[in-house]
Amino acid sequence: MPFHRLPAAVLVGVLAATLPCICAAQQDTQKEIERYRQLLAEGNPADLFEARGEELWKTPRGPKKASLEQCDLGLGAGVLKGAFAQLPRYFADTDRVQDLESRLVTCRVTLQGIDPAEATRNPFSAPGRPSDMEALASFVAGQSRGMKLAAPLRHEKELEAFRVGEQLFYRRAGPHDFACVSCHGENGKRIRLQELPKLTDPHDAQKIFTTWPAYRVSQGSVRTMQHRLYDCYWQMRHPQMDYTSEASIALEVFMAKYANSGEIQAPGLKR
Amino acid sequence: MADPMRIRASMAGDKVEVRVLMSHEMETGLRKDASGALVPAHFIQNVTVTHAGKTVLSAQWGTSISKNPFMHFRFKGGKPGEKVTISWVDNKGERRSDEAVISGG
Amino acid sequence: MKMREVKFVAALALGLVGCAGGVSDDEARARAEQVFRESFTHGNRQMAARVERQDEVQALCSRYRNEPPKDVAEKIEREQAAGIRYPASGKFLGDWRQGERIAQDGYGMRFTDPDTRRPNGGGCYNCHRIAPAEISYGTIGPSLYRFGALRGAGEATQRYAYGKIYDSQAYLACSHMPRFGHNGVLTEEQIMHLVALLLDPDSPVNR
Repeated sequence: MPFHRLPAAVLVGVLAATLPCICAAQQDTQKEIERYRQLLAEGNPADLFEARGEELWKTPRGPKKASLEQCDLGLGAGVLKGAFAQLPRYFADTDRVQDLESRLVTCRVTLQGIDPAEATRNPFSAPGRPSDMEALASFVAGQSRGMKLAAPLRHEKELEAFRVGEQLFYRRAGPHDFACVSCHGENGKRIRLQELPKLTDPHDAQKIFTTWPAYRVSQGSVRTMQHRLYDCYWQMRHPQMDYTSEASIALEVFMAKYANSGEIQAPGLKR
Repeated sequence: MADPMRIRASMAGDKVEVRVLMSHEMETGLRKDASGALVPAHFIQNVTVTHAGKTVLSAQWGTSISKNPFMHFRFKGGKPGEKVTISWVDNKGERRSDEAVISGG
Repeated sequence: MKMREVKFVAALALGLVGCAGGVSDDEARARAEQVFRESFTHGNRQMAARVERQDEVQALCSRYRNEPPKDVAEKIEREQAAGIRYPASGKFLGDWRQGERIAQDGYGMRFTDPDTRRPNGGGCYNCHRIAPAEISYGTIGPSLYRFGALRGAGEATQRYAYGKIYDSQAYLACSHMPRFGHNGVLTEEQIMHLVALLLDPDSPVNR
């Protein structure tokens, strides 16, 4: 990528919605999109969320005035490195399969004493209303950066979640007859200009599933896997999915089976 | 005060290479909220980068710069261990200043 | 844990992932339906009621993962074809300019789309290439560029295009394409505009 040759060269990353060069040929469009992504990659605003998440992790809060530093994300109390890489998984203390966000909710409730309704009240940030969950998820995910996804599929409840997730993946419903498979069932397809991974193909799943959570430029915020599913259902003309619902975790277990061994690149950067 | 900037400054040959990510809403003043009301403009207007008391970069920004701006630039004359200070002022008069130490490379 | 869940989990413990071992597809589906119902409890109730109940086609296509056996497919196509309501006027061609707007518009029936008089869009460019000036098109469905130029705009083609948009599964059981007319997404008039977009010789699709 060429830089300007002035002594005080300035390259301002303009996170604009428009593409730098719109050419007729599809190949050129694709190349320009890639170049735009490379320009953005150096300054991922997810860094800001990671930093805030670390602060939230270490700050005592809630009625119990405790930090989250004793939170057990699957590898033991307070173990951060590699924990995200092994989610979702079964937890004996809650006797259910949980993903990252569901587990963060558990820790906020049990360790910090925060009311469950309060802990799930604002999962997705809006302008002027930042979400703690997005920052915490960014921080914890970042602690598994570069590691291979290895979500377990051994415990009977993990296996059940997989079977449920599988059914949900193919479940067609609503006025548009959409299921997850409607968009995510074939290789090499895209919706408008957004490429779609075939989620039951490890080749695609390993590359894409592991980029969540990610800073979404169009959203101006880090968005998590819970938001991704919520957003999918929005487009599928379904109602709002409950935050950390059993359906969401079942779908994540299903997807993780195909995404396992993929390298975790979270928090990522997307349109 | 806004969230701290994330700054990385390192040597690249004989120049100092700086990458800075700023946390700012950068509202253009043209966006409407859910109720249809215009969200007031709130954006960084001036950015100044100093090193050893000298200004090495000065920028005047407008509403075309997006949310959470990222800037990447190089300047001559810095050495490892020295400080680079980045400051911004926005149209509401809010300001933020952070510094970073230049690493070896 | 409810009794049904206990039995399901116990049966699973005997089996392997993805293998019938212990839990049938039907059992997995029943459990999934329960999970589904319990996962959309805080949102829009009317929408929840609609998606909780799958119609026969949706249930079959879900069960067969969109590859139904021949006899099931033929039955679906026959029944969906019988359900198509063609314009009483006998005309199929509307205004291609309005058709282009409808094809571009993805509005409608999402939980953020308020209950106003604004008509639903077809969102056609999400999946199809249509007019050449629009490069931001999807590839989930085939390109419709030069649709009329290649087939002519005779009455049979008009009737086919209308029927396909009204109910794609009349022609291909378990097609990914929404049944826009059958499901009440687009009106008769809107579908006629889309037919014109595809078949009118003056439409950019065919010039």
